[in-house]
Amino acid sequence: MSTETLAKTPLHALHLELGARMVPFAGYDMPVQYPLGVLKEHLHTREQAGLFDVSHMGQIILRGENAARALETLVPVDIVDLPAGMQRYAMFTDENGGILDDLMVANTGEFLFLVVNAACKEQDLAHLQKHIGNQCQIESLFESRALLALQGPKAVDVLSRLAPEVAKMTFMQFARVTLQGVDCFVSRSGYTGEDGYEISVPVEQAERLARTLLAEPEVQPIGLGARDSLRLEAGLCLYGHDMSTATTPIEASLTWAISKARRADGARAGGFPGAERIFAQQHDGVASKRVGLLPQERVPVREGAEIVDADGNVIGQVCSGGFGPTLGAPVAMGYVQAAKTALDSDVWALVRGKRVPMKVAKTPFVPQRYYRG
Amino acid sequence: MSELRFTVDHEWLRLEADGLVTVGITPFAQDALGDVVFVQLPELRGYAAGEEVAVLESVKAASNIVMPLEGEVVEVNGELEGSPERVNEAPLTDGWFFRFRPVDASAVAGLLDQEAYDRLLQANAHA
Repeated sequence: MSTETLAKTPLHALHLELGARMVPFAGYDMPVQYPLGVLKEHLHTREQAGLFDVSHMGQIILRGENAARALETLVPVDIVDLPAGMQRYAMFTDENGGILDDLMVANTGEFLFLVVNAACKEQDLAHLQKHIGNQCQIESLFESRALLALQGPKAVDVLSRLAPEVAKMTFMQFARVTLQGVDCFVSRSGYTGEDGYEISVPVEQAERLARTLLAEPEVQPIGLGARDSLRLEAGLCLYGHDMSTATTPIEASLTWAISKARRADGARAGGFPGAERIFAQQHDGVASKRVGLLPQERVPVREGAEIVDADGNVIGQVCSGGFGPTLGAPVAMGYVQAAKTALDSDVWALVRGKRVPMKVAKTPFVPQRYYRG
Repeated sequence: MSELRFTVDHEWLRLEADGLVTVGITPFAQDALGDVVFVQLPELRGYAAGEEVAVLESVKAASNIVMPLEGEVVEVNGELEGSPERVNEAPLTDGWFFRFRPVDASAVAGLLDQEAYDRLLQANAHA
């Protein structure tokens, strides 16, 4: 793909100026790493603070008094009782209970604010318009707002220099915050397992805000390479790899994300696409599910590697894998036959024809360090 | 003889006084790969030119090291198993991969010299 066909985020010129190595990702020309390199960017984020440009992701507003009820018809998540000032993880399901995309939903008090994956955003927007377009107003912010993530234990120190009130926010809280005189949407959340913030800022002011944050001594720019290794160590799913329309939330081990109110015995049970299949799986179990895997040798085990049992029978496949810089060892996640998923079970990955021993492990691989107050 | 020769696969070779050839990857290659986290070294045996002999895993991806010329691998740099980062830190010295006895030692001189390799890099940069 030539770079001419790729879209650019509002920070594209800044990435080039910072010496980023750019790669095509979800139709965008994105920084995979800066001169620091993936390994050091990863470690820096866990120790200090990293700034990520995630402006390629889709931001959508749903307005209207029926918006929450309408959105609930597309996700197995409690949106109606999502308090103002809170954000919640959700996923769009299809008629088979497969996952169309995963997303964040915030209740701003005035409207619902959604953040969806870059590769799915046009499809998600069409999905919303088709199914609930007559029940609420849907506003795409794809062209009007950028999204920055400031992640790491020092993120709170850095951002509170611009707006002291963000220090009081706790994990998954959402607030409209004025940063440099600009109305921003800020949530205390992220995709690294660390404390931090995601900041939605108008496109015109994005570069100024990014430069201000990067000028703080704790902050380094971080590319997609470290974003992937950070989220993998944190046990967080990547859409299209660890889940897809071929997997339900139950198979993807995301049962925790199905709100109590929407479960088979909940106050507003079902009413989302694929509910019958998802409830049946919750009741009867699944044939295979996503688990954490710790390779017992130094060789990274990557996406697509077959997983076999002691007798060499294929029992699964790796969906994400690589080297975990904080752990100093390879980490992976994979879909494995449910009967073989007990913690500490021995399984093997086939890497270039060789069997690499792995243990079924709990995720996250490194402790999550969210700020819960 | 200590003059380096290069391949289009961004490997360097040096014909040593004892007739063995040392092989590593170039600074350009290590920079393109990014942080190396695992090295699978060759077996001590004969390989055909172009055959895959080793694997380098960076944080991002796996890459193959191919045998630059036909010959027998007689020594590997075991230090890389515990310290794969040496490939990034010192690609032309401590980060060497293996030594082999070439079937035809004169073929080494037929590979790219520094000037030709630099031209290749420039051509790639402008591609």
